[in-house]
Amino acid sequence: MPTIVVEVMPKAELLDPQGKAVVGALARTGHEAITGVRIGKRFELSVEGPIDDALKASVRQIAEDILSNSVIEDVVGIHFEQSNAELAEEAVHAASEHTDTGYVAPAGETH
Amino acid sequence: MRIGVITFPGSLDDRDAQRAVRLAGAQPVALWHGSHDLEGVDALVLPGGFSYGDYLRCGAIASLSPIMNEVADAAKQGMPVLGICNGFQMLTEARLLEGGLIRNDHGAFICRDQVMRVENASTDWTSGFEQGQEITIPLKNGEGGFIASDDVLDRLEGEGRVVFRYVDVNPNGSLRDIAGITNEHGNVVGLMPHPEHAVEPGFGPDTAAAMRSGVDGLGFFTSVVRRALVEA
Repeated sequence: MPTIVVEVMPKAELLDPQGKAVVGALARTGHEAITGVRIGKRFELSVEGPIDDALKASVRQIAEDILSNSVIEDVVGIHFEQSNAELAEEAVHAASEHTDTGYVAPAGETH
Repeated sequence: MRIGVITFPGSLDDRDAQRAVRLAGAQPVALWHGSHDLEGVDALVLPGGFSYGDYLRCGAIASLSPIMNEVADAAKQGMPVLGICNGFQMLTEARLLEGGLIRNDHGAFICRDQVMRVENASTDWTSGFEQGQEITIPLKNGEGGFIASDDVLDRLEGEGRVVFRYVDVNPNGSLRDIAGITNEHGNVVGLMPHPEHAVEPGFGPDTAAAMRSGVDGLGFFTSVVRRALVEA
């Protein structure tokens, strides 16, 4: 199923209290190398049919009018790609192809 | 006078708003977000709460409710509309008021009795106050930081459309201490603090006179009632 990904970030000039809280936690846990964190949103839109120009135009409008609020946010990306769920499914599938003999206990291990 | 109070999924202060309307001498009319019928009311209150759990953005999904089409039409025709807290967020999302509300700059939810100054005592909802009067009503929000571009802020200030400004403490990082604004006709007003929680002695903020005796919020509702009487 085709998936459209829309990424939205708080406007760069705005304070992002969530990101600020996370960067504070990183510093407390010894990750001083990270000097900034900003938190945005990723939307995954699923569609049944092909992604044509009309749909792309409609997605751009949805992104600007509904998924983001231009007063406080920017749409930073619209991509056509596989969803996290599909990627995860593929990864599981690929992993199972390699280990379809099941769990092999190392020598000496008893259960 | 009949004043509609719209209930959205997740509204919390709709009953308090209805009570405030009643105490101000008007008849509250409970309206439902999923309807397209304003039932002939003379004014509207969009109450506080957490409509749709603040999903997407505060007030964003509620601003797309069926009844919001009629709210927008009525607002443009001059009907008094008051948005309180989540209702203010809905009005900005619906573009009936400018600017937007973001998470408090300190990151925490805040609940306090808040002093603010009436900067515009000529809107439909503030005509009962004196210009420059300081009033105290409860404030309770997590995402109450008012923001807008410098151009919009300058225009709001220049046109007298900043209706309330926080005094003593800026509780949420709002730009220029703005607590509430109005549209260009003064019929649509939105603010983060909650006037409907300061309308009856015994249940309002503390005052110098007595605990919980503050009723500064009642003036919002009596303003709109009195104006309707004068115009009738």
